[in-house]
Order: sequence, then structure tokens, then C-alpha cells
Amino acid sequence: MNKLIFEKHVPNSNAFSLPPGMIPEGDIQESIPEQFLRRAAAALPEISEVEAVRHFTELSTRAYGVDSGFYPLGSCTMKYNPKINEWAARIPGFAGLHPYQPEATVQGALQLYYEMQEMLAEITGMDAFSLQPAAGAHGEMAGVMIIKAYHMNRQDQPRTKMMVPDSAHGTNPATANVVGYDVIEVKSNERGLVDLDDLRAKMSDEIAGLMLTNPNTLGLFEEEIKEIAAIVHEGGGLLYYDGANLNGVIGVARPGDMGFDVIHVNLHKTFGTPHGGGGPGSGPVGVKARLQEFLPTPVAVKNGDSYGLDYNRPLSIGKLKNFYGNFGVIVKAYAYIKSLGADGLKEACEHAVLNANYLRHRLRESYNIPLDRICKHEFIANSRKQAEPNGISTLNIAKRLIDYGYHPPTIYFPLIVSEAIMIEPTETESKARLDDFVQVMKDIAREAVEAPELLLNAPQQTAIKRVDEVTAARKPVLKWGDH
Amino acid sequence: MNINENLLYTVEHEWISVEGNKGRIGISDYAQHHLGDIVYVELPEIEGSAAMGESIGVIESVKAVASMYSPVGGTVLEVNEELESAPELLNEDCYENWVAVIEISDPSEVDMLLDAKAYAAFCATLD
Repeated sequence: MNKLIFEKHVPNSNAFSLPPGMIPEGDIQESIPEQFLRRAAAALPEISEVEAVRHFTELSTRAYGVDSGFYPLGSCTMKYNPKINEWAARIPGFAGLHPYQPEATVQGALQLYYEMQEMLAEITGMDAFSLQPAAGAHGEMAGVMIIKAYHMNRQDQPRTKMMVPDSAHGTNPATANVVGYDVIEVKSNERGLVDLDDLRAKMSDEIAGLMLTNPNTLGLFEEEIKEIAAIVHEGGGLLYYDGANLNGVIGVARPGDMGFDVIHVNLHKTFGTPHGGGGPGSGPVGVKARLQEFLPTPVAVKNGDSYGLDYNRPLSIGKLKNFYGNFGVIVKAYAYIKSLGADGLKEACEHAVLNANYLRHRLRESYNIPLDRICKHEFIANSRKQAEPNGISTLNIAKRLIDYGYHPPTIYFPLIVSEAIMIEPTETESKARLDDFVQVMKDIAREAVEAPELLLNAPQQTAIKRVDEVTAARKPVLKWGDH
Repeated sequence: MNINENLLYTVEHEWISVEGNKGRIGISDYAQHHLGDIVYVELPEIEGSAAMGESIGVIESVKAVASMYSPVGGTVLEVNEELESAPELLNEDCYENWVAVIEISDPSEVDMLLDAKAYAAFCATLD
């Protein structure tokens, strides 16, 4: 393992020198009160410029992203992020804005913001959007807070519980809990879909709503969504759409038409903006008209020919973030929607579904596929065929994929499938790339029988070999040295 | 898979050993095996009460986070604090290392649990 930059410290080898400034230098003790002055110098590493550059260049080679290779991480929609989106976000008129500028001087940005709300509403079949939430889970929280505000405003107080299917993303029960609901789990049936009898039995006047992903985390479309919506609505609850899997239906079907009342979308998944360290994310929240007044502030509005930000919304759940959401990300997603257009979004969805089904079909010989029927944008395999005779688990297969230069799929999720491997190729991968991935997966299946140690000891081709996840979780070391 | 003959079980893979109006509860071998290496146990709250099947604690492994459900309704009397610093005890011997002792509020609920034979038959229907 490489040394940390602190370990490369060489006294007096500072990498920079500042030119003389126009402001005369003064003694810091004269301008800052005594109690705020630090007593010892900060323990920052001193290192020459070239060594600093080498240090970070070396670290950059350890990163893996969609631009490095195939990244079939189920439920995360790791599609290619078109570089034109980066260009759009860097246009000086957007990149150089100050959040406190008067509205009259930022009409273009406000127009984009307003049009984005309108486009997301049209795409999802909702009536109004707020672009405030800064990420997916933040959007979920906004959505569930809206559901709570709706029931409170109607003085429908006993609704203290939120229903979540057993196949749900972990953020769903976490969100319900954070907003103050007790979580009631709804079972899946043998087809991997919501069990309607269980849903009916659990619906009551204590239930605030149902949080659902459609297609669900098994990549399967909830075919009885109309009936599900009817059960929840007749019981006085609301239906929440977790937009994580929107890529499986975008341009073809709309959550609003299925009966959903509230939705969040992940711009960093469905709308091609970067994830994680390359992000940040963005999780706009959308609602049907009857919930519009509860949206977080501000909402962009159009008055005649000019645009503005509306804060005067007395029933709003309030402001969730400084300023106006992650504006740069919203610009990128706007560019994505505009460059694909309505037909392009539909085509992207069709290719995402086609690619997932192609992989499912080609991998079924080597791997067990528990619910082996037409899926949407992702599907679940598992390691059942590899379990005997060499005790190969899903973890071993995932680690071996790293040796072949592929990012592993999501593993051990959803929880209702034992040893799950969740594969989501997305629409941006070519047939040649998918074929190569299939070949690698077949090679690994063969190795599982003939050379199991290659899987049990993987990865070997990386800077860091197999990590001890158990000790890391049981006895975490959370700091380096004495710093 | 190891099923202790002298205990009663739930379909959520908890076990209970009934002694008078008290029940000692833990997780089954099936549960610890499927969770894999257990890294954290959030113990039930002492004096907390739960209905039959209600979540009373959380068990976290490197693979998953699972709720632990109360096999019958009752009030928590004791918890096994050893699990806080040594969660791996549940992997090592899940029948010796109990999680909590509860005071059973309705003894008739005990009749609804699975005996070892019925639990073994249930596990055989799973993956």
C-alpha cells in the first residue's frame, strides 16, 4: 500500500510560494482576538510540487468509473454521462452565477429551472416539481414529509405507519423512520411482486401510505399497480414512487398514470449526471396537484415573460437545502433531456430493457436466475449453481470480476433472494461490451469448478487484494496515527 | 443445519425457550448462517414491550441488516450485553448465546409457534 501524504512529509519542502499581494501584510495578532489564535502550527504535510502531483496522480489510477469500464451495479443505473452535459454546466453564465444575484439578472438560469420542473412533470405524469432535494434519499425524505404534511393538514392524525415492501431499497424504511413513521413490511409473492392479500390485510386507517419502486428491485414490473393504487387510496393512504428504477419505464410509462401521488427522481441515475464523488446527486420531488402546496420552497414560477422563485407557500414543508438544489447537476440533466428528446428517452429505456434481457438470456446457462422471465432494466442472478462442490459464494464471483477489470454488480441485495447478484447494464453499453462481460462471467463459472482458489483469493490484480470486511466492521480503525 | 430440539421457532428464524412466564430468545442457525459474519447487535430495550412479531432489535452482518422480531408479545426483562462487544458469539453458538429474556404477556401465543420438527420442515421449503 502506498504511503499517505502525511508520511511523505519532508520539512521545508513546501510546494508553493505566494507572490506579494496588493494588500500590505500585517501581524495576525492585531486582527484576530487572542482566544481564536491556534497555539501550535497545523500538522499539514510539506511536500514538493512534483511529489504532490505524483501522489495524487497515483491515487487517481485507483479509481474506477463508467469512463474506465463497464459498471453493471444494479439499481444504481451507472450509464455513461455524456460530456456535453459537462460543457453545459460550465457555460460561464451558469458556472459563474452568485446565488444572491437579483432575479432580474439570472432570468436564463430561472427559465432553465422552471422548464426542468415542467419537463420532469411531463415525463413522470405528475403536476408539479421542486428541484430542491440534493440527492435521492433527500428527495425521498421530502416526498414522505409531503405525505405527512398532507395527512396532518387534513387532521387525519392516527396515520402513524408507512408500508414498505420486503424487496424495497433500504432507503425506503430508513426514510419512513426518519420522518417519524413506524415501518410495516409488505410481503412479496412467489412471482416477486407485491402480495395483494398481504397489502389488503395491512392497509388500515393507521397507514399513511405505501412506498414502492416500479419496476421493483428484482427488475420486474408491478403488473397490478392499478389495483395496488386502488387498495392504498381507498384506505385513505398515498402512494409514493421511489424513482431509483425510473430508467426501466421512462418514455414508455408514467408513474403519475399508474396512480402514484408523490415521486422523487434521481437525476444522477436516470438523467445521466455523475454519481458519488463525481456528483453531487440531485433528487427532485414531484407531486399530484392536491399535494402541490406542500412542496419544499422555493419553486420556480413564470409570471408573463419573466421567471422568479416563489417562497410564499404557507403549507410548504419548508426549505430543505441552502439556495436552489444542486444547480449544476440540474443544468446537466436538462442538457441530457434536451439532447435526447422525447423519442430519445423512450429509445434509451428500450435499450436498457433490451440489454438487461440479453444478459439474462445469455447468462442463464451458467448462473441460476431465480425469477427467469422478461425483466425491465435489471435482473437477479445468484450463485446457487456455484455453491457446490467448492463453496463458491456470490462474494467470490464479485471479487473475481474485479480481476477481469469489471466493476462487480450489486450483491446480496435485494434481501428476499439468497446470494443475489443484481445486474443492470444500462442502455449505453454496446453488444460487443455485453458479449465480453458474458464471456468473463462464463469463464468465472468454469473457474468456480476447475480452479476455485482463483475466486476464493480474488482479487489478485489490484493494488489492494481481498480486504477483511468482517474485521473492518467489527474493529474499525477510523483514524491514521496520532493525527 | 443445526436445529435445537428443545426450542420453539418462528418463521422469521427466532427461537424461544419458555420457562414459566419467561421466555429466553435468540436467533436460529439458519438465521446466523444466512446473515454471515455478524458485526453488530442492537439489543432490545429493557422494560420495552413488543407485540408478537414486532421488531425488538437489529442484527447487522457484512451482507445485510435484519430486524429481530419478538416471537411472542411481552416485556423485555434482560438482554445479553456480551453481544455488544462480541457479536460474533451469535455465529459461534446461536443457541447458547441468547439475545434477550422477556416476560410473556399472553401464554396462549406460545401455542402458535413452531416446534423443531415443524421448523425444520419450514426451512426445507426455503432457498
